[in-house]
Amino acid sequence: MNAVHAKPETHDTILYLDGVSVSFDGFKALNNLSFYVMAGELRAIIGPNGAGKTTMMDVVTGKTRPDTGKVFFDGDIDLTKLGEARIANLGIGRKFQKPTVFENQTVAENLELALKGKRRVFENLFFRLSAPQQDRIDEVLNIINLADGRANQAGSLSHGQKQWLEIGMLLMQDPELLLVDEPAAGMTDAETEQTAALLKEIAKSHSVVVVEHDMEFVRALDCRVTVLHEGTMLAEGSLDLVQNDPKVIEVYLGR
Amino acid sequence: MAPSRPHLPGISFVLADRGGLVLLAVLAASAVLVPALNMLVSPESAMHVPTYMVSLLGKYLTFALLALSVDLIWGYCGILSLGHGAFFALGGYAMGMHMMRQIGERSVYGNPLLPDFMVFLNWKELPWYWHGFDSFAFAAVMVVAVPGVLAFVFGWFAFRSRVTGVYLSIITQAMTFALMLAFFRNDMGFGGNNGLTDFKDLLGFNLQSDGMRASLFAASALALALSYAACRFIVSSRLGRVLVAVRDAESRTRFLGYRVENYKLFVFVVSAMLAGVAGALYVPQVGIINPSEFTPANSIEIVIWVAVGGRGRLYGAVLGAILINYAKSYFTGALPEIWLFILGGMFIATTLFLPRGIVGSIPALIFPKWKPRLTGAAE
Repeated sequence: MNAVHAKPETHDTILYLDGVSVSFDGFKALNNLSFYVMAGELRAIIGPNGAGKTTMMDVVTGKTRPDTGKVFFDGDIDLTKLGEARIANLGIGRKFQKPTVFENQTVAENLELALKGKRRVFENLFFRLSAPQQDRIDEVLNIINLADGRANQAGSLSHGQKQWLEIGMLLMQDPELLLVDEPAAGMTDAETEQTAALLKEIAKSHSVVVVEHDMEFVRALDCRVTVLHEGTMLAEGSLDLVQNDPKVIEVYLGR
Repeated sequence: MAPSRPHLPGISFVLADRGGLVLLAVLAASAVLVPALNMLVSPESAMHVPTYMVSLLGKYLTFALLALSVDLIWGYCGILSLGHGAFFALGGYAMGMHMMRQIGERSVYGNPLLPDFMVFLNWKELPWYWHGFDSFAFAAVMVVAVPGVLAFVFGWFAFRSRVTGVYLSIITQAMTFALMLAFFRNDMGFGGNNGLTDFKDLLGFNLQSDGMRASLFAASALALALSYAACRFIVSSRLGRVLVAVRDAESRTRFLGYRVENYKLFVFVVSAMLAGVAGALYVPQVGIINPSEFTPANSIEIVIWVAVGGRGRLYGAVLGAILINYAKSYFTGALPEIWLFILGGMFIATTLFLPRGIVGSIPALIFPKWKPRLTGAAE
């Protein structure tokens, strides 16, 4: 295993957190957290509740400003100074833990809203979908198994379908880096399996960071794993390696 | 594969909207019929529409336009403004200032330049901000520019600071209240307590004449129809779907890369301009504008019109404004002491029994199988 605190060759990293700390009312949600994800990598991040996984995503996407530390995207773009919309447009997409789709709009409209490009007010007043864009929506509808439900209100979808719609929205955004928060939560075993396959497929052409509790799911992803604990990095490596790490066993089972 | 939303060219955004087509047809018919029944039918006939009724209906249409402007931001973008009466009043004052300047030497003091209240206050010259209002074109620009600029400045700070929900509502109340206090002061140069009144004519036509009253009515119907079509165009566009996204999941919209504050600012400014137009058409028909139009309670009443009519549908706001104001005219004449109880009762009854308002709930009660498309509709 590499010495993880050594600064990597920046031109190969898609995401690099360097000494990030965040505290809320004295509680240290992130405590000098450093790790990096290589371009094109699929990475799972695990950790017990309160380990700081969601806060880490909030920091990367601009929702939370870190007290100290830097977050670099794509080598040398410092994200800590930018707003959510700017970061999204740089090419970072996020799927939330609780599926968040636009419930009063149809499945197809949800995908259209996520479509890459065209984010200014006035260009959207006269916007029309082009034929390739329409095709792309159809394509994504097929990937996420919602082609038949395209005209349904997103609010009427099942929990698992909403998770998939959100993944579909990420595909429409076509970001360089996808942050995916607990994609398998509330899914049946079959759906979980399909989701893992879908993410692995997406990871072929994107960098993907998945936060997950479900060990079976992480095993199915078959990728490098980062373990967070109390806002800092506890271990990193293959799933088998970290599962046999005494520190990790202590954190997961020792309490 | 059939697209979910066929993009017909041109005016499909109007044709796809049944309730809106009914509204536009009713407006077109009344813009012709009401003036005709007033001017062409003899006063003895049962079909005759008296002139006072023409102006009363015209006033309802200006309120309907005001309600439409509130529904655009509240129903589609979740911005609950409790100060929209301020934009309405500013548009009204801009038109009132023009009509004051038109009085000229026919005023009580006969000063060709200064309105009566300035002569009374012993002012010697016209304040700088009254210059230009002798021109109708200048005043017409100010009718939309003044509310638009105020909304832009207000919205710029509020939306950038991410003031939302009830906090935004409270500062809009503060805005209209502050303007009310300012306009009450004689030093402001807008006639203080009494406001602007005693108007004589507009564009050279006597404001009391039947022809002018009928024209103002028709102009109000036309303004409402055009504004309705403009609002429908906005909410049917992709921009409109972003607004609904902001309403339903604001931070999610941000993570998709949309600058939410810019979308809110756009729709808030458009809404304020429409409210200004409504005010400008209201003032010549009622003959007066004074600071009481800035009263916070007025702005709250507008929200009740929209809620009762049914928000997030545009035509619901129009219906609500007309119904409640008709009820107000009736009850304040027949049973004036209970009107406010009726208004409050309607609001509570709507909230409890018709949460989607009249147009959102009644059709579903009559035709249980009919499921309206609810894309833009607020739940």
